[in-house]
Amino acid sequence: MEDAVPKQHSRMKHYRKQPLNSFQPKRQDSIWKRVKKHRGLLALMIPGLIAFIIFNYVPMYGITLAFKEFQIRKGIMGSEWVGLKWFERIIQDPYMRVVLLNTLKISLLKLVIGFPVPILFALLLNEIRSVKYMKLVQTVSYLPNFISWVVLAGIFFSIFSVNGPINALVQMFGGKPRIFLSEQSSFVPILVFTDIWKGFGWGSIIYIASIAGIDPGLYEAARIDGASRLKCALHITLPCLVPVITIQLTLQIGGLLNAGFDQIFNMYNASVMRVADVIDTYVYRLGMINREYSYATAVGLMNSIVAILLIWIANRAAKAAGNNYTLW
Amino acid sequence: MGKTVNKVGKKTSIFDIILYLVMAVIIIITVYPFYSQVIISVSSTEDVYKTGLILWPSSIDFSGWKIMMGYRTIWGSYLNTVLRVLVGTSFSVLVTALFAYPLSKSYLPFRQFFTSLVFITMFFGGGLIPNYLLMKNLNLINSFWVMILPGLITGYNVFIMRNFFMGIPDSLEESAKIDGASDLLIFFKIIIPMSKPVLATVALWVGVGHWQEWFSNLLYIDDSKKWVIMMVARKILIDQDFGSMAEATRNLGMGILKGSSNEVQIRACVITATVLPMLFVYPFIQKYFVKGVNLGAIKG
Repeated sequence: MEDAVPKQHSRMKHYRKQPLNSFQPKRQDSIWKRVKKHRGLLALMIPGLIAFIIFNYVPMYGITLAFKEFQIRKGIMGSEWVGLKWFERIIQDPYMRVVLLNTLKISLLKLVIGFPVPILFALLLNEIRSVKYMKLVQTVSYLPNFISWVVLAGIFFSIFSVNGPINALVQMFGGKPRIFLSEQSSFVPILVFTDIWKGFGWGSIIYIASIAGIDPGLYEAARIDGASRLKCALHITLPCLVPVITIQLTLQIGGLLNAGFDQIFNMYNASVMRVADVIDTYVYRLGMINREYSYATAVGLMNSIVAILLIWIANRAAKAAGNNYTLW
Repeated sequence: MGKTVNKVGKKTSIFDIILYLVMAVIIIITVYPFYSQVIISVSSTEDVYKTGLILWPSSIDFSGWKIMMGYRTIWGSYLNTVLRVLVGTSFSVLVTALFAYPLSKSYLPFRQFFTSLVFITMFFGGGLIPNYLLMKNLNLINSFWVMILPGLITGYNVFIMRNFFMGIPDSLEESAKIDGASDLLIFFKIIIPMSKPVLATVALWVGVGHWQEWFSNLLYIDDSKKWVIMMVARKILIDQDFGSMAEATRNLGMGILKGSSNEVQIRACVITATVLPMLFVYPFIQKYFVKGVNLGAIKG
């Protein structure tokens, strides 16, 4: 990458007979000369640039709503500043604590229980002798990832319904049928389980790819020394996965405040609100149902600031742990 | 056994058998939920309430599908979805590639600035309400374009494409440049043909995203004639709003839906009808997706 710079320029300007070190920043053409020279290239970026500005940066300006009292007539710009009013309300809002705890509880459960599953699955897949069978299992396991939560929620309503197969199994073992999705004690476990069910296969791809990149010589050497398959998995495969695991873990920790809006929004109902309502669903109802634009924006802003802090801390921790496998 | 060089490599052990069984269970757990819905969708209304694991329909009854056939909103939403996927994907891929290509050039002026501009959007955004107000101000409410424009270009896709373009040797473009070709010409004649793998991956990624998306419909589109399939499915499956569907059944003289066993059957039909198209294309697109995950693994 780095040496592409001199090469490119040296070919283009060879007639100038400049010395090799002429590409030091000091002797570079002025920025406007370069803009003029590469205007064709810059022009290609215009549509994307406009899209980024309008649909990513203009809404960022809208965040000022979090410090204003929004009035539809006056618009975002004309509405009056109210300082930290909405953030004070966040602190005083007793329901805020409920949704925050729910969010952390659900995403921590998903992290702790769900994170090792794709790794374990990739390790097990790697042990399958028949390539055909392995491909079959892989292909099937990716499938749920391609189905929208809307449809999956519909399916799970049926699976966990009073007449569904889960209750059939419960009754087979002498239990009483339950309305799983309307009971607070079973709703969160179902969220965690179905989330893992949807994502474990897809999440394993990145580990499978890393396993494929491991030098086979390592395994041969270990086998000659008499290492068992379990030992090979534990002492060769797993350590080779540490970089990927670190990056994935960093990303997941960064997403802790995101408990899975699509899933919860489609699966929750009034009777499990106490345990299932999370920040994102709360923001949605605050904004789109109650039309409390300013407050909803403030909650959303707080959410994304904490999310950025989390990912920064996680990345810092990964660095501090002494490995180079960090996000930036 | 005498001939095997690799002792641990060839013998089928108890572990292998257990592994095969575990994987078989995983396959069943993954497939059964979908399978059960297909079965329910063709079962008679008496059978849909039968408790237990359904393995095979004890009776075949297509009345649910007949109601589906008469439900215009669904077919209209299929058309809307196809249109959305085609337009959204082609626009996205084009705009993203046009943006990512210059970004892959180290001599691009303001390169660092543009890169940061994109990078920031991956971690920070306006959020729900500012976005909603923006769409309102842009007059995009109830417009088809509200499904296309906001997600037109994303940081992740830009970086995946940029990384791929960076791997294309400069020498190819240089000779074209000496011949006086413009950047636009080079982009379409040299870069695009060489980048099919990454373009296919991003296209499928964006395409499946459009196929699955419903939230923009909920937020910005009130007119049910403009809804995509997932939004219609959501109305029926989640909100249990059979509104115009009930009408379709009345026309067929099939009684009301809500709370009846008909409802279970219809829901299964809707689920099957929304899963099937994906099931058909899935085997063909799956490998590109896997490739994409690996492309994304390259550190930007």
